[in-house]
Amino acid sequence: MSMLEIRGVSKVYRTGTFGGELKLVLRRVSFNIDRGEVVSLIGQSGSGKSTLGKIILRLSAPSGGSINFEGTDISTWGKSQLRDYYRHVQGVFQDPFSSYNPLYKADRVFEMVRTVYFPKLHGQQWHDKIESALESVALNPGDVLNKFPHQLSGGQQQRLLIARALLLEVKLLVADEIISMLDASTRVDVLNLLVDLKRKGLGILFITHDLSLGSYISDKTVILRGGAIVEMGDTQKVFGNPQHSYTQSLLTAVPQLHRRWASAGERAPAAVAANGTVGALAPALVANRSVDDALFPDGEGARYSKSSLYPARTNGPQKPDHTGNITGPGPGPRPSLMDIPDQPWQRRFGFGAPKLAAVLAADDTQPLVECEPGHFVAVEDEL
Amino acid sequence: MTLKVDDLRISYRTLRGDVKAVDGVSFSIADGEIMGLAGESGCGKSTLGNSLIFLEGRMKHVGGTVELDGANLPIADYKAMNRHRLRDVSVVPQYAMSALNPTRKIGRMTSDLIKSRGTDYRKVLEEFKRRIDLVGLPQNVLNMYPFELSGGMRQRTTMVISTLLNPSLLIGDEITSALDVTQRAVGEMLMEFRDRGFVKSMIVITHDLSVLAQIADSILVMYAGKLAEKASSGTIVDHPLHPYTQMLIGSLPEVGLRYDEAPLTGIPGRPPSLLNPPTGCRFRDRCPFAFDKCVEEPPFVELRPGHEVACWKAMDENSPVRTEPASQGASASQGASASQGASASQGTQS
Repeated sequence: MSMLEIRGVSKVYRTGTFGGELKLVLRRVSFNIDRGEVVSLIGQSGSGKSTLGKIILRLSAPSGGSINFEGTDISTWGKSQLRDYYRHVQGVFQDPFSSYNPLYKADRVFEMVRTVYFPKLHGQQWHDKIESALESVALNPGDVLNKFPHQLSGGQQQRLLIARALLLEVKLLVADEIISMLDASTRVDVLNLLVDLKRKGLGILFITHDLSLGSYISDKTVILRGGAIVEMGDTQKVFGNPQHSYTQSLLTAVPQLHRRWASAGERAPAAVAANGTVGALAPALVANRSVDDALFPDGEGARYSKSSLYPARTNGPQKPDHTGNITGPGPGPRPSLMDIPDQPWQRRFGFGAPKLAAVLAADDTQPLVECEPGHFVAVEDEL
Repeated sequence: MTLKVDDLRISYRTLRGDVKAVDGVSFSIADGEIMGLAGESGCGKSTLGNSLIFLEGRMKHVGGTVELDGANLPIADYKAMNRHRLRDVSVVPQYAMSALNPTRKIGRMTSDLIKSRGTDYRKVLEEFKRRIDLVGLPQNVLNMYPFELSGGMRQRTTMVISTLLNPSLLIGDEITSALDVTQRAVGEMLMEFRDRGFVKSMIVITHDLSVLAQIADSILVMYAGKLAEKASSGTIVDHPLHPYTQMLIGSLPEVGLRYDEAPLTGIPGRPPSLLNPPTGCRFRDRCPFAFDKCVEEPPFVELRPGHEVACWKAMDENSPVRTEPASQGASASQGASASQGASASQGTQS
């Protein structure tokens, strides 16, 4: 039994005027986190990765499914029970600069832990506890205690928040984009700190949009798109042998130091630049030429090579687009990477929306297919 | 040569004194060049970028000149700069997706903007539509409000509007870091705009060297308000000479790199306060190679062709290149040549 088991978790948000619209943002997500394991949850903005983090921290309740922590379902727990849960599960968030109240000193976050969890601990005992927590995040107490947040660097602030979590007997840390606001030079220190904590047995859910960070730190990788898992498994397998076209397109888009995205020669030649004055651009160049052809000259095939390890779904149910219309039959164009941020992947249900239960029931997310041991991938729609 | 910046100094006025955010920076950008500007937060890279188009009230132009296309760019004069903004120098702001006026339709907003530059909107409308199409947006975005578009669409719209008048210089401040995996799309779009001649040259400001390695032709690394290193992007990535650049690159995780195989190391310490910047090399306190000579300020000299560095150690290991006739005898002997080589080479500071 894993420490944390997420079983078919779905989440529906109410949006629109008077909450009349329902939006399915998580679709039957299931995975496990073990002790001493780093699981990275990767997805672009709007994929539901932060929502899942919030649900695991029970800052919001799931609409369906269950979350088992050490064998007990915590998805319906109330406030008093959650107090015990928070002894073991803590979160650190993206923006260290807004995690602190600027009017108070930064170490007030420790005091707030004491009032709730250690009301009887005073003086030297409490001080020792703080010092050992600070030591495990490699902070010098003299540098950070009794300081205002603005006197600390971003890296120090994030480490202080991790230390706060370590005051408790924390077993799972939900780290939601904790280093994306940090500088390149201090990022690595926080990353390495997470590795240290993992070696000491802490389970970490590392939520990120940056594939290189995920590949550096995690044992398991879960790739999320539109609220559903598209691929998950051991990090080496997912990154070394990506099966889903979405994962593949993500991997080709990662900026790397020593490998260029596409050779410059394939792009539009500089001859175009010669008559680039306003109004003088040859219309022929623009007509019938979508930006994808312009930006990704290697063509569609290179980016969306079909994998052969798992079956493709044929003639899946037509899905309504974001306006609610069911678009005509027949194969449409594959979404390009350029379009990804614009795609309303999440399904919306407009006014007169079916009841929440019906929305969940209408979710046609298919279970993942195991393409090799420990490597799961979603069945792709045949488009 | 599109842009030539000579000994530029910009300070922020604060109650405690002037914060010297950009302290004697000289560089130039060739036609069609995309120059990346990299460094930690607080190293002055955004200040440098902003100062070229809009000097905020608390920013003070202390010294130095900026030349754009051979003519002086009056960066300190708010009114005189108005003539150049958008037309000669343009900017894609850091949060490009929230840069649009929420109360105006895109077309109306652009029309106001273009008219304020003294250009007839109808003349550029056709081109505007074509470019909207080029970046893969539907024509009817002109009749939409910004809130009807998604973040990515807004960012693309902003980029089209900023470059509509074909500026000579485009400044992109952290445009690729809007928290998403679509950095590639933005990067390729920038190169596309350059190749099509919408902009002559660009400065791309970011802390992410791996993005710059993809899109930039040259990279300028800044540290604590000063230039640390400038070279072509391939050279910076593969053969950096300045210890700061080396450590910055060493701290970048890459896909396929794992903590148990190749642990990365960060750069200990913090950049110095620029209120009273330390004398000598400003990276001295964090530099593992610092030696006694570093108490003197290293000049920014060309050590190899097209590769300029400000570091005593790098200078000891690579003698400065002999510059053409002007510097007769400048690099005769290695030790003594350091300061002379500096005065001879182009990007010089006093």
